[in-house]
Amino acid sequence: MADTAPARATRPGPRLSAAVRENIAGWLFVAPVVVILGLFMLLPILMAMWVSLTDWNGQGSPFRSGVPFVGTENYTRLFTEDGLARQDFMTSVRNNFYYVAIVVPAQTVLALGLALIVNARMLKGKTFFRAAFFFPSVTSSVAISVVFLFIFANSGAVTSLLKLFGIDGPQWFSDSRGVLHLLLGGLGLVDPADPPAALTDGGPFGLSWWEWLSGPSVAMCTIIMLVVWTTSGTFMLMFLAALQDIPVTLEEAGMLDGAGRWQRFRHITLPLLKPTLFLVLTLGLIATWQVFDQVYVMSQGNPAKTTLTPAFLSYQTAFRSFEYGSGTAISFVLFAIIVVLALVQRWIMRDRDPARRTRRS
Amino acid sequence: MKRRDPRSLASTFAGYFVLVFFALVFLYPFVIQVANSFKTEPDAAANALSPIPHPFTTSGYEKVFLNTDLPLWLGNSVLVTILVTAGRVLLCSMAGYALARIRFRGRKALFSAVIGVMAVPPVVLFVPKFLVLNQFGLYDSYTALILPLIVDAAGVFIMKQFFESVPVSVEEAARIDGAGVWRTFWSVVLPMARPALITLTIISFQGSWNEFAHTLVAVQSPELFTLPRGIADLVSGSLGKGTQYPLKLGAAVLATIPVAVIFVVFQRYFVRGANEGAEKG
Repeated sequence: MADTAPARATRPGPRLSAAVRENIAGWLFVAPVVVILGLFMLLPILMAMWVSLTDWNGQGSPFRSGVPFVGTENYTRLFTEDGLARQDFMTSVRNNFYYVAIVVPAQTVLALGLALIVNARMLKGKTFFRAAFFFPSVTSSVAISVVFLFIFANSGAVTSLLKLFGIDGPQWFSDSRGVLHLLLGGLGLVDPADPPAALTDGGPFGLSWWEWLSGPSVAMCTIIMLVVWTTSGTFMLMFLAALQDIPVTLEEAGMLDGAGRWQRFRHITLPLLKPTLFLVLTLGLIATWQVFDQVYVMSQGNPAKTTLTPAFLSYQTAFRSFEYGSGTAISFVLFAIIVVLALVQRWIMRDRDPARRTRRS
Repeated sequence: MKRRDPRSLASTFAGYFVLVFFALVFLYPFVIQVANSFKTEPDAAANALSPIPHPFTTSGYEKVFLNTDLPLWLGNSVLVTILVTAGRVLLCSMAGYALARIRFRGRKALFSAVIGVMAVPPVVLFVPKFLVLNQFGLYDSYTALILPLIVDAAGVFIMKQFFESVPVSVEEAARIDGAGVWRTFWSVVLPMARPALITLTIISFQGSWNEFAHTLVAVQSPELFTLPRGIADLVSGSLGKGTQYPLKLGAAVLATIPVAVIFVVFQRYFVRGANEGAEKG
């Protein structure tokens, strides 16, 4: 940054206007970026803030005088008013919560595991395996969703594969049963067909406790598998880059000290990977709350709204029901959720001292 | 180096087993995709898992070219990808260079703004982007499809980082020789930035070719659909009739091929280029 300063100092200023010319040149170089980011990043946010306070239906300009101003109603409807808007929104938050809770740990563990194996010194063919694991992340989300639609279709590859093992697979995309419900039923704790009244009678934000405790639906699980499969490769590359930065001597020192493989991983590798781990978790958290393309192609929020996510709900509310105010309000709430969760995670990770996490080994 | 230790032999074997297993998990879906696009509909329904079409047929591809607007979507995708990639590479390099090298007032604030923009989740901007396009009367046009994508904050960031890693001496020489800022940038700095430019080109190409969500808020006429948008429409029902999996998978194969080719071709160059750039810098 400061490296051009000495150059300017040693060069005798040819003209008085050198600084002015540099200012002009600089702004000319950044002008296209500034204009486009301003028009399509900043301005949309400002406009959306206004629209989220109105009941604009898409006709004409949202700034006309006839557009009904409703204040914060589009927001309060999502939280305090009993009705379909709140029920849909809370359902979408629940769905996405379970989705995040499974995808983020699963893709992180898978990515780290793959990186460790690919990085193992004794194995050959690193380039090929690295490419193979990374390839799904670069392909079109729409195309890959089509492939998974086919793979999980009723007579599809997964069903035939399960049949080889004598398992009758579910009808993936039409199965709205919650996995946690199935699990509770399977353990004999609760009868999913007749849940206890204590759970069905009440609950926060318009959904009963029983509904909150559904877990992801079977249909949502297909999207979860798809996303873990596509994103693990990217995160594997990040772990791999970090692993290659760890000096070999450090691991050898651990070996000489008689540390086993697990101990070396726990006390040498993992602490050094902490910044990457933090990055992967943060990126994962931010990305998973934005799941959209896969939902659009594979399920459109169905069956029984169990794959509805806030991002898709926002789109649906604005573009299908023409309630743009409500749709933008959902966008902003989603933004708030992402920001808050990213901050919470940052706070948790900062407090974690790797030396204190040894009790499990 | 020879290893006779049976334990390390066993762990080598286990390592390969895991690698091959996951390579299958990660690649077999693509085998299924390609194989089933060449099957007949009953064959695809009955033997989805089989990698060999029986009988082999290209009727899925014939149908997707003749009975859908796929040629049109392909054309639109090519147009959008070329313009967006060219735009991003040029505009992001210019901005990245200015932020790294030109000492103009407000560049620190501007760089913070770029970082801030990168942090905004794209999905949140979804409906808001439509509002702007609609307000300016751009909705449902090529301009709406292309212009908002032509600049990418992350690209600016990558180029700025790169230009900062390049020694200033060459530019200084050019400037002392009397070359203006633009000439220095265009004929001295850009040619040196090859590795970063290739990276940016690949990222932009891949991003714009695969872009789907933006097309939903930018256009609605079928004549303006890109390939991902067309395929999504084909699948989610408004155009598709019945299951017709060979046809849909064929369309998906066509959407995958360009990125796959770029991926295979540039994989090695990518790593090597990045290493060279890092060492030379």
